[in-house]
Amino acid sequence: MIVDARGSYCPGPLMELMKAIKKAPVGEIIEVLSSDASSAKDIPEWVKKAGHELVEVKEEKGYWRIVVRKVK
Amino acid sequence: MRVAIVGGGVAGILTANYLAMRLREEIRDKKAEILLISERDKLLYEPGLLYLIFNKLEEKDITKELKYLLDPSVKLIVDRAEKLDLENRKIKTKSNEFDYDYLVIATGSRIVPEEIPGLVQYGDWFYNLDGAKRLREKLSRFKEGKVVVSVMGIPHKCPVAPIEVTFLLHEFFKIHNVRDNIELVYTYPINRVFTLGNVSELVEKMFEERNIETRTFFNPVEVKEGKIITLEGEEESFDLLIAIPPHKGSQLIIDSGLSDDGWVPTDKFTLEVKGYDNVFALGDTTDLPVSKAGSVAHFQAEVLAENLSAEIKGLPPTARYFGKAVCFIETSFSEATYIWFDYETPPTFVKPNRFTHWMKIAYNRMFWLTARGVL
Ligand SMILES: Cc1cc2nc3c(=O)[nH]c(=O)nc-3n(C[C@H](O)[C@H](O)[C@H](O)COP(=O)(O)OP(=O)(O)OC[C@H]3O[C@@H](n4cnc5c(N)ncnc54)[C@H](O)[C@@H]3O)c2cc1C
Repeated sequence: MIVDARGSYCPGPLMELMKAIKKAPVGEIIEVLSSDASSAKDIPEWVKKAGHELVEVKEEKGYWRIVVRKVK
Repeated sequence: MRVAIVGGGVAGILTANYLAMRLREEIRDKKAEILLISERDKLLYEPGLLYLIFNKLEEKDITKELKYLLDPSVKLIVDRAEKLDLENRKIKTKSNEFDYDYLVIATGSRIVPEEIPGLVQYGDWFYNLDGAKRLREKLSRFKEGKVVVSVMGIPHKCPVAPIEVTFLLHEFFKIHNVRDNIELVYTYPINRVFTLGNVSELVEKMFEERNIETRTFFNPVEVKEGKIITLEGEEESFDLLIAIPPHKGSQLIIDSGLSDDGWVPTDKFTLEVKGYDNVFALGDTTDLPVSKAGSVAHFQAEVLAENLSAEIKGLPPTARYFGKAVCFIETSFSEATYIWFDYETPPTFVKPNRFTHWMKIAYNRMFWLTARGVL
């Protein structure tokens, strides 16, 4: 599942990810695309606290790709 | 030329009044007409709800009929808009249909407590009049136990109101000599107590000094009797839950296919709705990265009225909105600070002081002049 939150500002991308996680089945991979650099820090922090798995954080051209697996 | 404004909140009323002042001659000569379509015939001054729950203002102080606030040349239609047809320039209301040349969308935002199971049954809030009156009753009897102020979604109206209510609860309980029997907890969805970093730092320090506990990365998904359950898998007990419920835009925006969540895609400088050069949006309903605040609606209305009246007169629309927002922050019943910021400038603030508090109390009365377009 892809959550394209590019153009949205902190904490928009994180709130979008939370919405997606609520709906997704356990095991689903969610990719968040964010143009706000603070997402690259805030999202992994939240993923850790919420007990999900951070698969990848990668800087693309002009945005960040943050990949998360819903674990529970 | 007909300008139709949908929504009779701060954004809609101010736009209508500013336009009426700028288009006096055109309206008199029947070259321009301003319609305001509103589902309610009264305006509620929402910032007053914060004072109502502590018995400082009454319902009559914070509501006024639209017909007394609007310029007499504005045609008021009290009806619910059910569909906006931007391609054919038509508005369908419950009992009529209107054409327009220019459309202004000012349908605001609303709380949707029903989206969190159990919140309506076990929670309270002050984000609308009924909720605030109920909460006032409960507060008047609350003498011991645990109070949780919980922000249940971002964005929500007036980003600083949850912080203010927490400060004021602290003082309210202190005045009534029950603060020592009360645990006060504030929760927020992200990893700090506010979206803006430096405001967070100041507030965290002030909460600590007042023995107010905080929980961050705290996103309620369900409320049961006496406890909140979060997306992060935590539980928090409460005796009184004061929620800032999740917010959505108007159902009209969703039903008209403009967006899924009710926030209208809006140009951040011109306030044009993306894809239409004769449709504009302002106030809480936009998807802009600005606070959902009355002050924002006010500054945007100035820009929009200047530009729209220029277009109608055949002049170039030159005003731009640069994200200006001003928020007072009441830190007690006798002191306040304020922040102002825009797209480029982060907020700065003054030390909480009495004068700023007096300004806010005065503004609570002067607001009706703002609504009339005078101030
Ligand atoms: C407790 C509280 C405290 C606040 N404190 C502050 C503060 O201190 N400072 C500050 O700047 N802001 C504050 N705010 C925020 C401020 O009140 C809002 O940002 C402001 O009211 C937004 O105005 P608006 O006109 O965009 O939207 P709204 O006030 O929501 O008005 C929208 C209007 O459109 C109408 N409408 C919606 N759909 C339709 C339809 N389909 N047909 C017809 N009409 C429709 C609604 O009925 C409503 O009348 C506070 C808000 C709350 C709740």
